[in-house]
Amino acid sequence: MSTLTTEVPERASNGVAVAPPSLPVERKGLTKKEIAADHPTWCPGCGDFSVLALYFKLIEKRKMWHEKITTIAGIGCSSRFPYFVQAHGAHYIHGRALPFASGISLSRPDLHVFVFGGDGDAFSIGGNHFSHTARKNIKMTYCVMDNWVYGLTKKQTSPTSPLGFKSKTDQWGAVDYPINPMKQAIAAGATFVARTTHTNPNHVLQMMEAAMDHEGFSFIECLSECVEFYEGAFDSSNPRKGGVFNEVPKSHDVTNELEAYKLSGVDFPGYFGIFYKNNKPTKNAKEAEINKGMMEKVKGLKDWQILQKNFDRMK
Amino acid sequence: MSETTTEAPSPSGAPKIAKINEAVIRIAGNSQDGIQAIGGFLARLAGRSEQEVMTFMTIPSTISGGPSIFQVRIGSGEVLSAGDEADMLLCFYQHSYEDHIKSLKLGGIVLYDADHVQPKQEWEESYRHVGVNISSLTVEAVGGTGRDKGKNIFALGLLAKIFDLNVTKLTKLIEERFGGKDPTVVQNAMTCFNAGYNHSLENLLKTYQFYAPEKKDRHQVVMNGNEALAYGLIAAGVRFGAGYPITPWSDIMELLRRELPKYGGSFIQTEDEIAAISMAIGGSYAGRVAVTGSSGPGISLKTEALGWAVMAEMPIVIVDVQRGGPSTGMPTNIEQSDLNIACFGGHGDSPRVVIAPTGVEDCFYTAIEAVNIARKYSTPVIILTDQGIATRIEAFEEPNLEKVCQDISPDFTPVAEHKPYDLSKPDGITQHLAPGTRIESGKYPIVTGLEHDELGHPTGSPKLHQEMTAKRRNKLRKLAWDFPKLKTYGPNEGQILLVGWGSSQGPIREAVDRARGIGEAVSGLTIKHINPLPNGLEEIFKGFHHIFVVELNDEGIYGYGQLASLLRARYCDERIRGINKSDGLTWKVKEILDRARALADKKNK
Repeated sequence: MSTLTTEVPERASNGVAVAPPSLPVERKGLTKKEIAADHPTWCPGCGDFSVLALYFKLIEKRKMWHEKITTIAGIGCSSRFPYFVQAHGAHYIHGRALPFASGISLSRPDLHVFVFGGDGDAFSIGGNHFSHTARKNIKMTYCVMDNWVYGLTKKQTSPTSPLGFKSKTDQWGAVDYPINPMKQAIAAGATFVARTTHTNPNHVLQMMEAAMDHEGFSFIECLSECVEFYEGAFDSSNPRKGGVFNEVPKSHDVTNELEAYKLSGVDFPGYFGIFYKNNKPTKNAKEAEINKGMMEKVKGLKDWQILQKNFDRMK
Repeated sequence: MSETTTEAPSPSGAPKIAKINEAVIRIAGNSQDGIQAIGGFLARLAGRSEQEVMTFMTIPSTISGGPSIFQVRIGSGEVLSAGDEADMLLCFYQHSYEDHIKSLKLGGIVLYDADHVQPKQEWEESYRHVGVNISSLTVEAVGGTGRDKGKNIFALGLLAKIFDLNVTKLTKLIEERFGGKDPTVVQNAMTCFNAGYNHSLENLLKTYQFYAPEKKDRHQVVMNGNEALAYGLIAAGVRFGAGYPITPWSDIMELLRRELPKYGGSFIQTEDEIAAISMAIGGSYAGRVAVTGSSGPGISLKTEALGWAVMAEMPIVIVDVQRGGPSTGMPTNIEQSDLNIACFGGHGDSPRVVIAPTGVEDCFYTAIEAVNIARKYSTPVIILTDQGIATRIEAFEEPNLEKVCQDISPDFTPVAEHKPYDLSKPDGITQHLAPGTRIESGKYPIVTGLEHDELGHPTGSPKLHQEMTAKRRNKLRKLAWDFPKLKTYGPNEGQILLVGWGSSQGPIREAVDRARGIGEAVSGLTIKHINPLPNGLEEIFKGFHHIFVVELNDEGIYGYGQLASLLRARYCDERIRGINKSDGLTWKVKEILDRARALADKKNK
């Protein structure tokens, strides 16, 4: 996908409506000022600020227009995201952003759908949707800002909190084994799985671009520190704090599922980059294929005439 | 069967022919015997013969096997219910015979498979018994493979002979049903049919013939309520939806999954009920009203997302095909116990629209109405249908599809500015813009479940929460004025007003007819728009001494059913009382009348 503005599929004769293409010649790319909406409500120093800034940068760099992107989120600190972006967007219920976004993706091929959320939203209350959206390979980009803690509700154990993390719901330290988001995504059948961290802006942007260009369900785990309730969680991945930022080795074959799985199992801070990528057909493409075949059979008929054929059989 | 005394002369030796207006035939067997197919053929034939028809069926909630019945009532005049008592019982097994003989009118005909049924002497005096070796004759007819597959079609042949049905039309129906497959399938079916039709029925003294029905202006179509509802949604312009399988809603999603691709649309099977409503809401947000649906337990799961749609003022159509509850309850039985969850389910003040179709034909038009209300008022609309309507087959006048089909594609014309939750609009009704629409001011809206300002951005303002809550409520008050003025069935004054909703409309109207026939001042009233209620009900109530709300749900802790409670809350009218039951079966006309008379007597004393 080169630019979103020029990529508008032909309007189906009597089916799904898509918006007319914007004319890029008339318009300059958006500036950061034009993309920014409400001032974020996050705590000073929150990792989510840099993810938002890089999303703006992505929109700027790729010359996307307000009306062509939809920013969707569930509930959580990071899920406040859509309010801060000057574009069509929805702030949906806890854990269900993916099916909501799927409804947009499957009915509007002309839009790019970005979903932002946190680890609780994605892997706890929304765990079922994560697996199924991934396996169906519904086209969208999902960026999970993982901070290993429930922030909005003020420090409870999250599904990614490491063993021993002291939270308000585990005063003596977390006892439940954490989820490994990368393993989860690969096992579920996601076709693009990448890992990045808010402390490396260039890398975040690089991952966002690659994810957006992926034809399918693209998943990014972005470590995003909660300075209020889990300060220093990711220091060992930050060279400025004495940690190491290891990119996925050049020799890694991104189409090798088993290798990607092994890479996901490396102890923290592990690796950053694209772990897995597979170009299998999307659900969007498969549904379009079904429609093409079915519409061929009723070619030339108006909608009411198609329905009339059914009614004639019921006389 | 109300046969007339004039018996047509018949050729010597052949049975006499009696003219009838209508007949109720109950077919009882096991679920894999194809008894639904017999009923389906009879219903479709009635539709093509301009007769009225209504069916009623029970199916076991087991996967395969188990007793099952199919009742079909065919009439040359108006048919309002599937009939209290059967004129004929066609039974394939001893258990079908013993379990259903009591549903037969005294003096009615028992047509039984003599290979499996041993008649009981005490019943032979009260009912006319006609035994035919249906199973073995079927095996004989198709060439003796030892399997009795096709015995349903043999039995259809017998019925065709007894009721002098139009064989040419039936043959065509059989060909349509079995055609397209292996040609021997049609041949076998016709062999079975002819064997049944030509079987000598010497011990049955007469056959019957329906009076010619009134000529109808348009063709009739024959379908069940779920089909009518699904086709109505397509006619309304719905092109996207999502669902999760659950009985008895699944038929609707299967049909939409099959049909929508022809129109360039899609219906998605999701991982769960919550995903289904979420995906549908996402589809609506994308610009075109989408649909989801379920039955009992699935509706419970959907309520949080429904609340979001109320808050975000997002149009969406949610179908609830009610069944027996709570929990898994009675999945294949009828009940009207979801009225409360439909009107009030969910947390917070969350007004939404609830409409209950009253029959199969009404399902088609209700679907269109629901979509249009959802669009015009930017609100979730629940279509509250039930297992009875969903599975019963009726014939109705074919809609003028060219006229009723509508295009609801989104409008992407750029706008100067846009505030989705504009409080200054006099009607207070939100209209969303679909993503893809350019807003020249550069200020884009967010749709949200948080309380919000006019642009959709979050607010903690007490004033705004109060104003927005009122906005969401006031638009439904406005909608109530849009509903047509209600009329009673029968005179608008009298002793008893039988109020009902949904599938009880038919039995209530038949009860009114029957009562009026013997001079009792009973009228009926169907409330189709449950939330908001239409205005002016108190005027109607004034004309009656008793207002009895007939519902298939429990009278509850305080003694009133779900609609009765709502009406009492709104009108504070102590004359409103309930006639309730929760046996999982449709109302019998007699049941309604007996209960109404008893309740009126008790009150009068």
